[in-house]
Amino acid sequence: MVAAVRDTVDRVRSIDVDQYRYGFETLIESEKAPKGLSDETVRFISAKKNEPAWMLEWRLEAYRRWLTMTEPTWARVNYPKIDYQDIHYYAAPKPKKTLSSIDEIDPEILKTYEKLGIPLREVAILEGVEPPPEGESANRKIAVDAVFDSVSVATTFKEELKKAGVIFMPISEAIREHPELVKQYLGSVVPTSDNFFATLNSAVFSDGSFVYVPPGVRCPMELSTYFRINERNTGQFERTLIIADKGSYVSYLEGCTAPQRDENQLHAAVVELVALDDAEIKYSTVQNWYPGNAEGVGGIYNFVTKRGDCRGNHSKISWTQVETGSAITWKYPSCILRGDNSRGEFYSIAISNGHQQVDSGTKMLHLGKNTSSRIISKGIAAGKSQNTYRGLVTAHRKATGARNYTACDSLLIGDKCGAHTVPYVEAKNSSATFEHEATTSKISEDVLFYCTQRGLSQEEAVGLVVNGFVKDVLQQLPMEFAVEAQKLISISLEGSVG
Amino acid sequence: MTALLEMKDLKVRVEDNEILHGLTLTVNPGEVHAIMGPNGSGKSTLSHVIAGKPGYEVTDGQILFRGEDLLEMEPDERAAKGLFLAFQYPVEIPGVTTWNFLHTALNAQRKARGESQLSSPEFLKKVREVAKSLNIPQDMLKRGVNVGFSGGEKKRNEILQMALFEPAVCILDEMDSGLDIDALRIAADGVNALRSPDRAMVVITHYQRLLNYIIPDFVHVMSKGRVVKSGGKDLALELEASGYTQFEDAA
Ligand SMILES: Nc1ncnc2c1ncn2[C@@H]1O[C@H](COP(=O)(O)OP(=O)(O)OP(=O)(O)O)[C@@H](O)[C@H]1O
Ligand SMILES: [Mg+2]
Repeated sequence: MVAAVRDTVDRVRSIDVDQYRYGFETLIESEKAPKGLSDETVRFISAKKNEPAWMLEWRLEAYRRWLTMTEPTWARVNYPKIDYQDIHYYAAPKPKKTLSSIDEIDPEILKTYEKLGIPLREVAILEGVEPPPEGESANRKIAVDAVFDSVSVATTFKEELKKAGVIFMPISEAIREHPELVKQYLGSVVPTSDNFFATLNSAVFSDGSFVYVPPGVRCPMELSTYFRINERNTGQFERTLIIADKGSYVSYLEGCTAPQRDENQLHAAVVELVALDDAEIKYSTVQNWYPGNAEGVGGIYNFVTKRGDCRGNHSKISWTQVETGSAITWKYPSCILRGDNSRGEFYSIAISNGHQQVDSGTKMLHLGKNTSSRIISKGIAAGKSQNTYRGLVTAHRKATGARNYTACDSLLIGDKCGAHTVPYVEAKNSSATFEHEATTSKISEDVLFYCTQRGLSQEEAVGLVVNGFVKDVLQQLPMEFAVEAQKLISISLEGSVG
Repeated sequence: MTALLEMKDLKVRVEDNEILHGLTLTVNPGEVHAIMGPNGSGKSTLSHVIAGKPGYEVTDGQILFRGEDLLEMEPDERAAKGLFLAFQYPVEIPGVTTWNFLHTALNAQRKARGESQLSSPEFLKKVREVAKSLNIPQDMLKRGVNVGFSGGEKKRNEILQMALFEPAVCILDEMDSGLDIDALRIAADGVNALRSPDRAMVVITHYQRLLNYIIPDFVHVMSKGRVVKSGGKDLALELEASGYTQFEDAA
């Protein structure tokens, strides 16, 4: 082993919790459900949310189903057994009352968002992200539906969206205000019985976002939700449901951070997307949940079920994710390509450092005729982390002319980490064309030396190489997000070289 | 006068093998030194140690840059001080465009020296001028660093960087290998254009031919990790005629 590699290893060893920039705690009183999961817990949550009876019944059914299920073990991740009775399934900031404007939000919470750099106040949003007044992009703004622990604390730009007919609100509100839409679509993409974590979520989800874009409407702004876990021993079970009706378009941004903690925290979200005829949904995530400290203690367990249903003909769903955080990531944003000529896309950057374990990828299920999908996955492993791409591409018997292109590239930094590619491909008809390319490369000593000889520091050199590596995916993100993501990538790789 | 670069009794090991066994060489401002020597005599090793490549252990001796201890500095600090190495085998960096790489590197050096950062338009203007003078097509700047470049293009890219960074000491490790006759002349012209009273060059080569274009003030013969003979430019002609065998015994 040459000196620089040894150095790298030492540096990685010294990665400290201090490097997690978002590790602060907001001191506000909160209202929690008692620890543990039971019929009672489910009823408690439903009651807190003032839910109609049908919703409670839906949850209880999921809960009963969950009791019969076992935790999946097929992913390449290791973690101590989770005690599901040792978790609070509901926590809301106190005082809890219905907030009608931002001014009513606890200033402590606002401060937290400020630290996170989230533009909650409309003024900030306008100042911060409005591009120059020219062309179509002049009206681009971001509406933020901020979820603080389990409760949505503010929704901005409601009015403007309302004018366009777009519904964007906490799902708890949508259950009360738009029961017909929620009933029709909730669980229609990820059924309550789908998998252990999704079923758990169905039983205990506390809040999340709901979006409905009516036929022919192009949503006038990017929609954005920032989730944040703040409470100790709190599980987070967001539920997001986005429906793009015929011929509509919406772009949705999701960002996550969590304060640093010694305890591992469970996060099991479910996201369902439905695109009807000629509709398009673009869903982007930047995830930097706390990854744990240098010894691999603490950090978020992120077990997420995200699935999009291209239900209509010529519909399109594209997932873009930048995963830099979490101790464990178990996540496969998928597309069901049901409508003829529908298209699914998955663009992913998954970075692991320290002791992080990432098992992520996608499923593209081709059911309709002439459906197409594209998968671009960039995995970067540093430190002692393990980074797995797991993908499934299938073509149904009737999915004639199905096409998929998959490119999985892995980049290794140092020699104590691992990158793995597990692609499953299954075509039930002979007209399907599936292409798969995979590469694994290393940031070699020679490349680092070449860059440093030209005046770049080691960190700058790694940053440059990594940015080159992920460029294709970053380009898929909305501009404001791409810049943020680029910063996050360099933060999460700090200390990865000597 | 302080020497620009001084190697004093330099001993270097790689993985328990001593490669340089006490090398001494002084390079003054304005001078061009040629280093010749058989394969494996330690020429590239010397250039790597001067530039600070990890993996080499200096067991004895020193390297001074304008009187400062070079061995105490990181490779990027050395670069910012004005040390440039044109590699024998330049690496490829996929996904990073050449012009972005050059811009980032130049600004990193300028920052380290406390100079202002060049904006994209300023940089573009500068790099275009330099590329033009070296007959390098603009297209090359848009491609990934050295990705898919021919051997000759890689070498030209090295000369381009040298001209752009305007270093005080240029070490050229076999810049002539892989270049066709025309490219060699253009590259050599580029190097000659950089010759100046405060700049020094160390030109490592196997062939006297290059030294017809870049006329050295001194020629050194390296063998088995030492400088075994030094002389003027005529020494190169002598070597061309008689080969290295005479020195193998001397070493
Ligand atoms: N990493 C290494 N491990 C072991 N030996 C090495 C290593 N790097 C270089 N050497 C040895 O050091 C000696 C000098 O190599 P170097 O590359 O410096 O020679 P050179 O004079 O540049 O040769 P050439 O003219 O072929 O370029 C060679 O014998 C080489 O095998
Ligand atoms: Mg050599």
